[in-house]
Amino acid sequence: MKLASNTTARLQALPLALVLAVFFLLPLAMVIMVSVWDYNEYEMIPAWSGRGYSDSFEGCLAQLPELCTILRTYAETVKLCALVWLLTLLIGFTVAYFLAFHIKSRTLQIALSLLCTIPFWTSNVIRMIAWIPMLGRNGVVNQALQALHITKAPVEWLLFSEFSVVLALVHLFSLFMMVPIFNSMMRIDRALIEAAYDAGASGFQTLRDIIIPLCKPGIVIGSIFVITIVMGDFITVGVMGGQQIASAGKIIEVRVNALQFPAAAANAVILLGVTMMIIVGLSRLVDIRKEL
Amino acid sequence: MKPINRRTMLAGTAATSVALCTPAIHAAEPKVLRYLGTAVNEGDDISKKCLADTGIKIEYITATTDDVAKRVITQPNSFDVLDTEYFSLKKLIPSGNIQALDARKIKEFNNITPVFTKGELPNGKKIGGQGTAPWKVLYLDGPKSTKFSPTPTDYVTLIPTVYNADTLGIRPDLIKRPITSWAELLNPEFKGKASILNIPSIGIMDAAMVVEAMGTYKYADKGNMTKAEIDLTMKVMTEAKKAGQFRAFWKDFNESVNLMASGETVIQSMWSPAVTKVRSQGIPCVFQPLKEGYRSWASGFCVSKGVSGAKLDVAYEFVNWFLSGWAGAYLNRQGYYSAVLSTAKANMAPYEWDFWMEGKPAAQDIKGPDGSLLEKAGVVRDGGSYNDRMGNVACWNAVMDENDYMVRKWNEFIAA
Repeated sequence: MKLASNTTARLQALPLALVLAVFFLLPLAMVIMVSVWDYNEYEMIPAWSGRGYSDSFEGCLAQLPELCTILRTYAETVKLCALVWLLTLLIGFTVAYFLAFHIKSRTLQIALSLLCTIPFWTSNVIRMIAWIPMLGRNGVVNQALQALHITKAPVEWLLFSEFSVVLALVHLFSLFMMVPIFNSMMRIDRALIEAAYDAGASGFQTLRDIIIPLCKPGIVIGSIFVITIVMGDFITVGVMGGQQIASAGKIIEVRVNALQFPAAAANAVILLGVTMMIIVGLSRLVDIRKEL
Repeated sequence: MKPINRRTMLAGTAATSVALCTPAIHAAEPKVLRYLGTAVNEGDDISKKCLADTGIKIEYITATTDDVAKRVITQPNSFDVLDTEYFSLKKLIPSGNIQALDARKIKEFNNITPVFTKGELPNGKKIGGQGTAPWKVLYLDGPKSTKFSPTPTDYVTLIPTVYNADTLGIRPDLIKRPITSWAELLNPEFKGKASILNIPSIGIMDAAMVVEAMGTYKYADKGNMTKAEIDLTMKVMTEAKKAGQFRAFWKDFNESVNLMASGETVIQSMWSPAVTKVRSQGIPCVFQPLKEGYRSWASGFCVSKGVSGAKLDVAYEFVNWFLSGWAGAYLNRQGYYSAVLSTAKANMAPYEWDFWMEGKPAAQDIKGPDGSLLEKAGVVRDGGSYNDRMGNVACWNAVMDENDYMVRKWNEFIAA
């Protein structure tokens, strides 16, 4: 009997397993394979070569203590990622908290959640371009600052800077943090909160000892979303950073565009490795399977 | 009457034999061509006119310059006709995915401007040949060859269609003084207001124009640098970047328009239609001729190795139609140049020809192909005549032998 239900479960998982195998594992295996191939100007040469990797880490020992290109790039990417993660977490958690505990009507909750998707209603390109009249040298913010006599000259770092990159990423991805946390919060038994209140816990104690621990799965899932997306992003970093800020994804893009596929694949594998390490670290903190 | 030479004679016989052999096939299947290229050249007007004139239905496959090359390398059977630039041939031809076209089947081949075939103007003046100049990669050794021939043969890689001379775009209203040299791009006066193109192979050539203009170094070939030259060029650019010279780098046509129109930048590498677009918003913008000359580019048609038989005939028919004048006039009116000048001239009004090609003041308002007002009467084109502009080409868009090294250095520059 036990065996039979086990078989059924496996059969049920089979379609997804097949899809993942064909459209995820197989391409990934090919990327890893190609990453150790050689290449010339126009084609990949299926012969073992560590060139994709050795070129990527070019000068990393020789230039010490100066950082080489790839380390500097990753330092930048990780820094942006950490900033975006922190801000989306704060904003996402706050918004989710408001929606879950302060809005009583289910309809209003849904309506307000939908509002959070507004940043996704326009195309990436349009959204980026729209920041220029807002943050640019002659943009709304600068005009307001000058009209209020807060600054005399236009503030240059509002656009094409780390600030604008983080702003745009946070604007985009707070939703990805908010939704899983909101989901976790909605599962919290309201009786627990009442019990805490009855036992004399302050609002902060309830938050720290009840709500945050129970939201952990949502926080980790949201963090995985945000971190994986931001680590690989090159479009937003490129456009908002005025193409002057390096990102791990940008290195891959430049290589692909130069038809240097093995080098691009090697960089993709490196990026995957770094991202996996971060994710593994996160899941050490919380056992998602247990919590779900 | 033109003297009959071997090529026109053969072209005649070829055309006749095509006409004799193919009507049955033409009747059987509709004439469709899958046209792979960038959005810049893929106008609806051109495909509509082509359908009306020849019955050939053009199906556009639109991609960015980089993606076009990727597609040719990885999916050669996904298109019939390819619209690409000469510099990419150094990558595409060795892949074997492109077949040579037979010059004898191209009616106007002998009328193609000598800019392409000999590297000189119609008046005989030699033009700059640094980089991947078209005449270096125009011919192949044989019909199935993947080697470029230094001397003319009948096997042509890319039948030229359109080309132009690129320079810096500036905002004269914000700069308020004459700009005459590429060196101005790194002039600290424009700190935080300059921009450069973030396509490594083209961006580094603009950078090289600047380095040379500043008197720092003179290149043997800006389009084919040595590793030491790449290092030197990127060092100059990296210092400028660290000093905050650049507001942003741009990669996309619209990005360049926005940077300039919003006043984020006042001097930057730019493309001619982008300057026109800024100007059409009522914002002053000049495609500034500079004393060191232009960086030129040229594109044309070639055919996938997968095309043969009746389809190949349709491809030749399309290329011949394209060179027959209407499309050339259309391109000239956009500020580009057409490969066959004589047929384009026949399709333009004399006042249009005088403005676009002769560099004369517009006798009446100049309109774009879509009928919109481009320039008022009395205006002279930036850079002047065809001879003044194409005659001052210093180098051509290129792929270097050290491309791999250059790309790595470019990534380093972005990360600096």
